Amino acid sequence: MSTGAPVITVKPSKGWIPLNLRDLWEYRELLYFLSWRDIKVRYKQTVLGAAWAIIQPFFTMVIFSLFFGKLAKVPSDGIPYPIFAYAALVPWHFFANGINQSANSLVGNANLIRKVYFPRLVVPLSSVISGVVDFVLAFAVLLGMMFFYDIYPTSNIIWLPLLLLLAFVTSLGVGLWLSALNVQFRDVFYIVPFLIQFWLFATPIAYPSSLLSEPWRTLFGINPMVGVVEGFRWALLDTDTTPGTIMVVSSLVAIVLLVGGAFYFKRLERSFADVV
Amino acid sequence: MSDIVIRVNGLSKKYRIGGRRESYRTLRDSLTGAFLSPFRRARRLLSGQPYGAAELDKTIWALKGISFEIKRGEVVGIIGRNGAGKTTLLKILSRITEPTEGYAEIRGRVGSLLEVGTGFHPELTGRENIYLNGAILGMKKAEIARKFDEIVEFAEIDKFIDTPVKHYSSGMYVRLAFAVAAHLEPEILLVDEVLAVGDASFQKKCLKKMDDVAKKGQTVLFVSHNMQGVKGLCTKGILLEKGDLKEIGEVGRVVDSYLMADINSCDMERIWESQEVAPGNDRIRLRRIRLIPETGDRSKLITTSTPVKVQADYWNLVANTKLILNLALYTIDGCIAFVSMTTEESNWHGRGFPKGLFRSVCYIPAHLLNEGIYRIRLLFLDDDAIHLYDNEEAMIFTVHDINDRGIKWYGRWQGILRPKLQWTTDYVEHL
Repeated sequence: MSTGAPVITVKPSKGWIPLNLRDLWEYRELLYFLSWRDIKVRYKQTVLGAAWAIIQPFFTMVIFSLFFGKLAKVPSDGIPYPIFAYAALVPWHFFANGINQSANSLVGNANLIRKVYFPRLVVPLSSVISGVVDFVLAFAVLLGMMFFYDIYPTSNIIWLPLLLLLAFVTSLGVGLWLSALNVQFRDVFYIVPFLIQFWLFATPIAYPSSLLSEPWRTLFGINPMVGVVEGFRWALLDTDTTPGTIMVVSSLVAIVLLVGGAFYFKRLERSFADVV
Repeated sequence: MSDIVIRVNGLSKKYRIGGRRESYRTLRDSLTGAFLSPFRRARRLLSGQPYGAAELDKTIWALKGISFEIKRGEVVGIIGRNGAGKTTLLKILSRITEPTEGYAEIRGRVGSLLEVGTGFHPELTGRENIYLNGAILGMKKAEIARKFDEIVEFAEIDKFIDTPVKHYSSGMYVRLAFAVAAHLEPEILLVDEVLAVGDASFQKKCLKKMDDVAKKGQTVLFVSHNMQGVKGLCTKGILLEKGDLKEIGEVGRVVDSYLMADINSCDMERIWESQEVAPGNDRIRLRRIRLIPETGDRSKLITTSTPVKVQADYWNLVANTKLILNLALYTIDGCIAFVSMTTEESNWHGRGFPKGLFRSVCYIPAHLLNEGIYRIRLLFLDDDAIHLYDNEEAMIFTVHDINDRGIKWYGRWQGILRPKLQWTTDYVEHL
């Protein structure tokens, strides 16, 4: 009578747990709905709504242009400083918001975690995914600015989706570590803004990475956001410094972050419902 | 019918005492710990057991090696006192939390309903929440779309479907939440005490829906404190007591043994031998609090038709106090059922109490309290209404329901009180 019905075995897990991506795939609709909820809710009670997606990077760019571009005369690889900074700030904000949202996602969805079963990876994953909408809005402004400054992308632009993916992987990788830690240690909540600020200056957003000489520049790629930011400038603004080796280093580090984060997350997952 | 859908074997769950909400700790604790034994701490953190001082903490076993089997189509009531492990069992079966030992095998799609409206977002409209909540409960989008009209109709909120649920009344909110849950069609349904919501007519609808579910041959595990509901809906009962499986079998028998066990283990009396250990202060100290059910037989079960005496023995420590004892009865949700005072009695009221031991007794008549859990608060005042001593939780007791209603309705009777009032019906005019 019961042939064909899947048998689920509930038992204590030990050691490192397989990621069980098939289970995650089964719950793809929940992933969709949670991302959709995050997007819907995020701007529902704000006056300016989705405009915030543009205001954040845009005004950071204005401030950077004033202080770093005008006053400090930071070089910008021969491109007008505002667009030099903004092209980096768009993926940066996607990354930073992704970390911020995902780090607090498990704690923020505590009632779900205590009351319903689903692969917990869905929660931080949906947080990062929901940032894609903001990215698209901010990116549209970037295109407008390029038009204004009379800069047209080269065929390198086809790499852009992969660069966004790199930012996504990095953000999710860091987000997984932080969200799992946050369940145990609420200190993470206080660390995240600090971490993001620190990371902002450790990434060539206000300045070009060409300030560094080789091999330091390539080594700089250990910060995966260096690869993302330099990649964005190269793909859109055609800066002549091809970030080839940086990209390789950045991609490897990002993958290590993600895979490590996923396994660490999986390992802590079993205690989430009891602790959160 | 040897078609077993749930097989539980030696299932145990250990919790750290102190409750899960307090169990996350700050990094500082772990860092100070790290100075003490850096390598062990680091390994713990990485291995997913970042409980810095786990070995120092006390643990409790919420479940202690329970085993049972459930066949397809059985509707099982899980009963037991608070803390018996009922919810923990459901949480393990629905994979929310892992067992510490043992295993469970589950054959078929599981839907769990530990709370109505999990994941409802106040900013989203009713329509949006139906989809979101449905997805959270494990329904497919197409499935929700197909049942959408049915859900809206069941919840009786069609006019407000595009209003954010934060503008809903609590009744509407609960109706919508239950409606989504009720349309979940898993092969195995795990339900935790969700019938305690909504108004009477809606409850009736929910019970009927549950009944339909059961008749369709779905397997249901149902946690409840409502013994009538369990008896009415379930075919099989599981009695848990402090993490042990006490009894499993025909539902009527299991419910009866629960009620009997409840009386024997229930604290009907609290005594403090000396003033040193007694709760109170330099004005008043409690000596003894006692519940005396006037059942007329040997059973001490308090039902809705049992008169109960509440007896409080206390020391008055300051001579010539004009004492007033105020008894407040609260429901488990914190509503006051009633307040009564010793101003009603004539022996001592208004007189100065000398130092010494006193006994006041309050008589609660039969057919006044509803079924449920009540808390007694004792407040001692002087005649200037100055609080001398306040004991918020002097006694907690359960009033059970026995089926004396004469109707087929198993849900909880509405209201804080359930007085038996006099009624008349007359045939006024022939037609």
